[in-house]
Parts: sequence; C-alpha cells; structure tokens
Amino acid sequence: MANPLLEVRHISKGFDGTGVLEDVSLTVHEGEVLVVVGPSGCGKSTLLRCINGLERIDSGEILLRGKPITGEKRDLVAVRQKVGMVFQSYDLFPHMDVMGNLLLGPTKALRRPKAEVEAEAMAMLKRVGLEEKAHALPRTLSGGQKQRVALVRAMLMKPEMLLLDEITAALDPEMVREVLNVVLDLAKEGMTMAIVTHEMRFAEAVADRVIFLEGGVIVEEGAPAQFFHHPKTERARQFLNTFVYEAAKKQSENSADA
Amino acid sequence: MQALDVLLKGRNLARLLQGLWVTLSLSLAAIALSVALGLLVGMLMTMKNRAIRAFCRLWLETIRIVPQLVLLFLVYFGMAKAFDIQLSGEASAVIVFTFWGAGEMGDLVRGAVQSIPRHQTESANALGLTRGQVYRYVIIPQTVRRLIPQAINLATRMIKTTSLIMLIGVVEVLKVAQQIIDNARYDALQAAVGIYGVVFFLYFIVCWPISLAAGRLEKKWA
Amino acid sequence: MDWTFIQRFTPMYAEAALLTLRMGLTGIALSMAVGLLCCLAQHYRLPALRQIARAYIELARNTPLLVQLFFLYFGLPKVGVRLSSETCAVIGLTFLGGAYMAEAFRSGLEAVDKTQREAGECLGLTGLQNLRYVIFPQALATAVPAVCANVIFLTKETSVFSAVALADLMYVAKDLIGMYYKTDEALLMLVAAYLVLLLPISVVFSWLERRLRYAGFGRAA
Repeated sequence: MANPLLEVRHISKGFDGTGVLEDVSLTVHEGEVLVVVGPSGCGKSTLLRCINGLERIDSGEILLRGKPITGEKRDLVAVRQKVGMVFQSYDLFPHMDVMGNLLLGPTKALRRPKAEVEAEAMAMLKRVGLEEKAHALPRTLSGGQKQRVALVRAMLMKPEMLLLDEITAALDPEMVREVLNVVLDLAKEGMTMAIVTHEMRFAEAVADRVIFLEGGVIVEEGAPAQFFHHPKTERARQFLNTFVYEAAKKQSENSADA
Repeated sequence: MQALDVLLKGRNLARLLQGLWVTLSLSLAAIALSVALGLLVGMLMTMKNRAIRAFCRLWLETIRIVPQLVLLFLVYFGMAKAFDIQLSGEASAVIVFTFWGAGEMGDLVRGAVQSIPRHQTESANALGLTRGQVYRYVIIPQTVRRLIPQAINLATRMIKTTSLIMLIGVVEVLKVAQQIIDNARYDALQAAVGIYGVVFFLYFIVCWPISLAAGRLEKKWA
Repeated sequence: MDWTFIQRFTPMYAEAALLTLRMGLTGIALSMAVGLLCCLAQHYRLPALRQIARAYIELARNTPLLVQLFFLYFGLPKVGVRLSSETCAVIGLTFLGGAYMAEAFRSGLEAVDKTQREAGECLGLTGLQNLRYVIFPQALATAVPAVCANVIFLTKETSVFSAVALADLMYVAKDLIGMYYKTDEALLMLVAAYLVLLLPISVVFSWLERRLRYAGFGRAA
C-alpha cells in the first residue's frame, strides 16, 4: 500500500457535553477512496469537519503526510489549501458568476496568475459539461449543476485530498447521477477522497474501503464487497437492511402502478 | 454636583418631570391616533384601486422626504397665515405627528399583510376553513406578529421626534430644562451639563425599555 | 405670493442648503466609519470594545438628536468645552448616525450564511481575504436598503441644526418669517429646498434597491 496521506488518531469531539465522536482512528492512503456510512446523527459530517479544522477536536490528533495539524490559524489555511471540501448545500458564492467562484481560491489563496487558472477552469468545466455556464450566476443553475461547479472549484485548488460531505443529499434524484459520475471519474484518476454519503450503490462502486460509524464510534471497517454483502456486525446488517426494505417497498409500489 | 443641587431646589425636579409628561402625553395621543388611522390606511394601501394607491403613495413619499420639523413649521406658522386660525403648538404637534405616524403605520400594516405567503391562505382553505376562519386563525395572527415589533419601534421614533416641539414654543422637558438653567445661571453656571444630561437619560429611560421589548418580540416571533 | 421676495431670498436659501448638505455629508460619512467600527467590534467579539459599542448604540438610538445637540452646545461650554455650531452639528449627527449605521451593517453581516464563511475557509482563504471577497460583498448588498434609509433619515435630522444656531434652512426660514412676516413665501421655499435636497437621493436609492433586488443573489439555495 502507498503512503498514509491522512492519519486520524484517537480523536474525540463533543458539543455541549454530549459526545459526537469518541476515540475515532482511521487512515487514508494516497489514491484511496474511503467511504463513511452510518445513520444520520452518527457523527459522519463532524468527522469530515474536524479533519478540515472547521470543528476543533477535544482530544487526539490528525496528521497530514505525517505532520500534525495544530489548529493554529496559519496552519489551518495551509491545510485547507491542500485538503478540499464540498458540502451538501453547494455553498457557491452567490455574488460571483461561476468563473468568479472558480478563480477566487487559486488566484487569491495560491496567488496563481489569473489567465493560467482561467484556462484550467474552462477545461474542467468542459469535462463536467458546464463550459457554457462559465459566466452564469449560481442562482440560475440547477442543484446538480451547482454541485458540479462546487466540485470543480475544490479541484482547481489541486488538493491532495477531497472531503465530500453528503454532496447529493440536497439533490433531486435525477441530478444525483450527473454529480456522482464526476466523483467516479475523479476516483478513477486516483484522487484521494473521504466521502460521506447515503447512496449505498454509489458507495459500493466508488469505495476502496468502507467505514461504518454509529454513535460516534467506528463499528465496522472493511472492503466494500465484504461490508455491503457480508457485514460482520449485527448493527451494520440492520443499517444496511433499512435500505433493502426501502428498495423492496419501491419495487412493490412500482409493480402496483403497473 | 451643581446640577443635582439645582434640580433638588424648589419645584425644579417636579417641573422637569411635568415637562416630560407634556412630551409623553402628546406622543401618546399621536401614537394612539396613528395606530387607529394607520390600520385603516393600511387596508386602503392593499386595495386594488389605483387612485387610492397613488394617493397613499404620494402621502407616504411626502412624509418620508419632508423633515418632521418642516411639517411642524408648515402647520404651526402656515396654517395661522392661510386660514387665520392660531393653532397652539400642542395641537400642531398632534396633527403633524398623526399625519406622519398614520402614514408610516399604514405602510407597516401593508407590509405585514402582503408578507403573508399566499399558500398560507390556500392551505387553510384546503383544511376546509371558512373565509372568516382563515382570517381569524391564520392571517390576522401572523400579520399581528409581524406588525407589533415594528409598530413599537415607530412609537419610540415618535416619542423621540416629539422633542422637536420645543422649537415651536411648547414648554416640554427640554424647554423646562433650559428655563431651570437660565434661572440658576448666576449661582450654578456649571449645572447645564448635568441638567441636559438628565434630560438625555430621561429620554433614554423612556425609550430604551420600549426598544428592548420590540427587539424581544421580534426575536420571539421571527 | 410675493415672487420678487422669493427671488430676492433664493440665494440665501441656496447657501443654507449647501451648508445643510455639507454638514449632512460629513456627518453621514463619519457615521458610516463609526458604524463600521462598532459593527466589527461586535462581530469579532472584541472584549470591552464590544460592550462599549453596544452601550453606545443603545444610548444613541434611544435619545433624540435635539437633546444630544443641546448637551453638546449649551451644556459642555459651561464646563469649559467650547464647540462651534458646525462642530456640534457634525458630532451630534455622527453620534446618532453611527449607531444606526452599525445596526444596518450588523444585520447585513448576520444575513450572510455561516456556510459561506466555511466555504471560503475551505478554499484556503485567509480570514481577511474571506472577509473581503466573500463576506463583505454579500453583507453590503443586504445592508444597502437599511443604509439608504439611514442616509435619508440623517439628512432629514439635519433640520434641527438651527437649534444650535447653525444658519441652515430652518434657521433662514424662521428668520424670514420673524423679520418680514412673509410666512407663505418662506415656508414654500423651505419645502422646495428640502425637496431639491432629498427627492433626488430618494429616487436614486429606490432605483438602487430595485436593481439590487433584481440582481438579487439572495440565498444560494
């Protein structure tokens, strides 16, 4: 296996006295895609936010390429330039057009020349099928388009790693695919990613390794084929069953319609 | 503390508070009239009739653009000349502040009514409520919640603006303060700072709790 | 209506209007600076400064300008602080306006989603870059209507400057009424002068607000 890019060691995090993460440890290697699943409120999003320093951890440590992240302001800015993050709510900057959104990070945080970044941005937009939207305002885009722009915005920082926090949760079903295709593409190219998602099919397809988080602790960890088809723990089995049940219900509804 | 000595001498403090009462009673009269008229005006403003709406618009723009002191001058000096009626300062004040307050209040009512989304009515209708019940249980409670904090804010603005009436000769709190200072100018020259300071805090003590209440209600009902 | 009278005294009104305008603009510009400082002190929760800003805002918003001016102009000289009419007018207007501007800016900053700040941070922007490119432009756009309303409000408030012996529009009008008993003419010119001052501002502002609303980036989702 390649070098560990990210190491999370025994971190804990609580809000107002209630523990959200308890003694969580994990490693993400270079080129690896780690998928985190679990019931809502299990601490998945908090985990990603801790990695990127959006939440302070109460104890434990997080290392990027072997170097601990201190949580100091300077250090955090440097970390965030290397670790990109995309949110459920897209969070494009509404007062800038798509190109403005894409240029901001590379030209201001990385101080790269505008023309150069612009060319890269255009190429990336083309890849995700949005080149004609370069000068559209975010509010004129569909949810799926916004999320693809948000992905491109994160990628243009040339991050060593991407954190994706339920990026399809706010999308209409027919838009989920166009976004996930982009992510699958990135995985194929060897992008290191940590992904929180509710899309089990997608999780199975994209993951190199799956972590099942419940109640702030890692309950099970394994290869996707094994986790999704032969989970070791009872709790993981129950969790996966809720999805099976929903699928079965949908099927019966469909046949009832027909 | 010279100011304290002067204020405690004779009936000075009582006179000052009487002056404050003049300010407050005139504001209260104008506020009461403004609320009553404003509710009516607000209804007019939401009507579809173009002439009525244009008229209200003109009224609103007038009170938004012309300073209240100018309006006071117009009524106090202008009316006397034009119609040969000598209005007292107090009467002019109530007329002007009601003219101003009713317009502003009307606009607040209009804003509150129009801010209720249409689907609120629709979903109430879908529950099988009658038109009267829709108003009683859905529209009016929501309108009132939006309206009350803003109306309270308007009230504090009206109280503060009432301070202008000393400039048309009404003896209110600031004028009384001036008189007290004038009387004491030989033996307590420095009292002026303290006494004007007291007037400043009197206004603050009256307006601040009202503003606080408005802020609380706004947060609670947001 | 005595038109020759009006003609004769128009220059006097023009001069007074210019004075009002100059005092108003100075006061409003300073108000914005004070407002911005107070707003930032509160936003960044600076110890002590934040409480001072809050107390100042409550004081200034809950007392009338006329009383503030009396304190400055008639009170302070008695303890040895002598200020000219102009200085009093500008200080008074700034004291009042700073608090209103602070509130306008604050509501603008509060309207920017927390996630916007996070999105900026995730792009590796420094705190200052984030403020400048991401947060301020959005906060300002939201604050525009309130700031415009404040500008009009403060310009109107200048009408009480005459009380501290500043030769502004009200002062001139009152003077003419007293001296020549030409009430109609004096009042007509008074109203006309304020319309000339405020109507253009009002029209420009409502145009600006409409434009911002249509360009309205509003909330992202």
